Amino acid sequence: MSWQFTWNLATYLFWKSIKIASLLVSISFISFLLVKNSPIDPIQAYVGADMLHVSAEQREKIEEYWGLNEPVIQQFFSWGSAVLSGDLGTSMIYRLPVSEVIGERFYNSLALMITAWLLSGIIGFSMGVIAAMKRDTWMDRVIKGFCYTLASTPTFWMGLLLLIVFAVWLNWFPIGMGVPSGVLAEDVTMMDRIKHLILPALTLSIIGVANVALHTRQKLIEVLSSDYIVFARARGEKGFTLFWRHGLRNIVLPAITLQFAAFSELFGGAVLAEQVFSYPGLGQATVEAGLRGDVPLLLGLVLFSTIFVFVGNLIADLIYRVVDPRTREGQSYAAK
Amino acid sequence: MSILKVDNLSVSFKQYTSGLRQTTQKVISNLSIELVSGEILAIVGASGSGKSLLAHAILGILPVNATTSGDISFDGEVLTPKRQEQLRGKEIALVPQSVNYLDPLMRVGAQVRTSVRKENPKEAQKKVFKRYHLNQEVEKMYPFQLSGGMARRVLVSTAMVSGARVIIADEPTPGLDSVVIEEALNNLREFADQGCAVMLISHDIESALKIADKVAVFYEGTVLEIAEADKFEGNGDRLQHPYSKALWRALPQNDFRTNID
Amino acid sequence: MQLSNLRVFKQKLNKRQRTLLVSILFSLILCSVVLTGFLLNEDRIATNLEVRNASPSLDHLFGTDWLGRDMFSRTIMGLSLSIGVGLIGAIGSACISIILGVVAATMGKVADSIVTWLIDLFLSVPHLVSLILIAFTFGGGFKGIVLGIALTHWPSLARVIRSEVMQVRSLEFVQVSKKMGKSRWWIAKEHIMPHIIPQILVGILLMFPHAILHEAAVTFLGLGLSPHEPAIGIILSESMRYLSVGMWWLAFFPGICLLIIVRMFDKVGDHLRMLIDPHNAHR
Repeated sequence: MSWQFTWNLATYLFWKSIKIASLLVSISFISFLLVKNSPIDPIQAYVGADMLHVSAEQREKIEEYWGLNEPVIQQFFSWGSAVLSGDLGTSMIYRLPVSEVIGERFYNSLALMITAWLLSGIIGFSMGVIAAMKRDTWMDRVIKGFCYTLASTPTFWMGLLLLIVFAVWLNWFPIGMGVPSGVLAEDVTMMDRIKHLILPALTLSIIGVANVALHTRQKLIEVLSSDYIVFARARGEKGFTLFWRHGLRNIVLPAITLQFAAFSELFGGAVLAEQVFSYPGLGQATVEAGLRGDVPLLLGLVLFSTIFVFVGNLIADLIYRVVDPRTREGQSYAAK
Repeated sequence: MSILKVDNLSVSFKQYTSGLRQTTQKVISNLSIELVSGEILAIVGASGSGKSLLAHAILGILPVNATTSGDISFDGEVLTPKRQEQLRGKEIALVPQSVNYLDPLMRVGAQVRTSVRKENPKEAQKKVFKRYHLNQEVEKMYPFQLSGGMARRVLVSTAMVSGARVIIADEPTPGLDSVVIEEALNNLREFADQGCAVMLISHDIESALKIADKVAVFYEGTVLEIAEADKFEGNGDRLQHPYSKALWRALPQNDFRTNID
Repeated sequence: MQLSNLRVFKQKLNKRQRTLLVSILFSLILCSVVLTGFLLNEDRIATNLEVRNASPSLDHLFGTDWLGRDMFSRTIMGLSLSIGVGLIGAIGSACISIILGVVAATMGKVADSIVTWLIDLFLSVPHLVSLILIAFTFGGGFKGIVLGIALTHWPSLARVIRSEVMQVRSLEFVQVSKKMGKSRWWIAKEHIMPHIIPQILVGILLMFPHAILHEAAVTFLGLGLSPHEPAIGIILSESMRYLSVGMWWLAFFPGICLLIIVRMFDKVGDHLRMLIDPHNAHR
């Protein structure tokens, strides 16, 4: 690694951090405007069923306390400056600081998403490789058909199917909840957690397979028809050796990159899977916040998911910069 | 002594032309040539006329939508796809056109080592790099880091270490400066002088004539005429086919006379 | 006999002709599902407590629910509603992409960077999260979901249109026309439109399946169409309460029908893309 490379990387990271900052500011602003326009009354959302007992005066007091009677721009700035100092506000439905809710939920979702991310990556990659190596055979057709079908499958319906088969018919897994209900938090064992994790993780993995598999298949087919594979075959390489030596190294990077760049779909999938299995993660919190008008939590989640997606894309980009020799090492013959 | 013989070879591709119609396009038709040990046969014709496909057909590495007919025999034995697979890289080696034929993510030293068939790969690769004046560091380079001349030498190295008896060089000269062209051609001559049969595919008749023993004039998917290299002289009167004559006369030193008389 | 005739007929067609035929067939099926859904009488899904909780049979192909409503009719109505909502949203989204794509490609650098920035902005939040946010903003229901779909699905198509228009504009014959003094409108009409219209049509077609799936998903989450509507998302989210007692048909059939419909849209779009794309000539 040269000095030039380090310098390039530093400037790259500098621009990226400016980009995420500007993205976050714009997204906060737009989202804030959006939720403020919602017909859902935040006070009613906060008070809930007791709304009948809230007098006009009390209502005014709450409005004043939250600053709801100020102009929207003013509200945005006071919310924004609080966010900058690390205070995302208080979640109305959980009655806890938003950052705390997100932190705890993220921990749960992370377990779910990492499992699904790894599983779908590995299985999808292998399926793509097999399909491309056996191109136009029945195996390729089966894998392709399966993936296209998966791509059209609603995630939540896949969850429902797994629920019917494994939880209802076979009774292998509980029907919902991240931990057994009625058990104290400290009594929840690792085993319980894992048991509740499997079905949602499986749902997410199955759905996630299609994208990697189809992409890997396409990429490997491209690689296999490239000039350097023609030459490798001309040198007598074939079958598995050919794939191992020249195929794999040219498709692994794009596949890993794709998986990182798919954080957005992963998050969306988690929202649905968590809802089906009532798994207490970020996705479920997003749905709850939307349904029950928990504005601070919803805004916090929008920002958090943006950062999440951004980090995925950043890692994907960095992998290319650091691992691919074409960007890592310069044109060295010119210097010699 | 003839070592590789191509007899009445045809290659065609299936494709869709306008809208919904499927057609078969013949790229090579009824082509026959013969390669002899110790000799260079140049296949000369316009760019994009399907000459490279001839090389791919001999090696049995055509794309899947291609169909072939006719016979190719090596050492008197007709080649089946299976036999072709066994011979590729061992008895028949390809020297491709450009650096694009090297795996972009594999160090070139390693790529040369995978071509070694009979000796110790590491030693053979070191020896051949020394012979072609490639530095120690080149071994560790990736293809995109090579200069045009270095890339040429690396590509020739792969054929050299394979120990093949038939060498097919596909357009070894385009886009290179004259010194490198000279060197590339000399390398091919050396192969022939060692007793290999060399097939040189080129659109550049002038440089091909410098080293070739025989020249096959390729046009519209077939060979019009095979003539000894020394017949390409003067007005080209010793050539038989009008196209060969035209090709010869169109060269700069022959006053670009393109009219056929 | 008939079957073998069919096979001979199939063999006579080449791949492209078969592709076209399949696309037409699928389009017909899709149209008939939508039409049947809209024309079905509400009586078909009337409450009939005598046959409630029935598993699939010849009378009720997809079974009945806890109120004795025929699940087959509910599914068809739900599908046509979901397709309808998805289509309206997707068409709205397509309009946004066409406008922004063309603006970015033709109105100079500033316009281009603004559009590019907008595209980046919309792609930086997970699709489903922005859908939930927008649906929430408009208070859910039909308006929320249609706006949600329209406002979130345009970036990728806008990007395609932008680069297509830019590419066509830089082609030599367009440059020559420009030098010959042809008006902008003439160039757009004669050169640019014929190139990009097929692309746009395919882009819109390929947007439908996403839009339909997202509509179903958001409605399933409870943020889309209201529970009174016979949407497929509603049917599936209601079914969750009855799964634990073994009424699998409530979820299975509506879901698989949705899958088939989405797959058909996808296939028609893909096939058309293949037919207009010259790169596929050898396939």
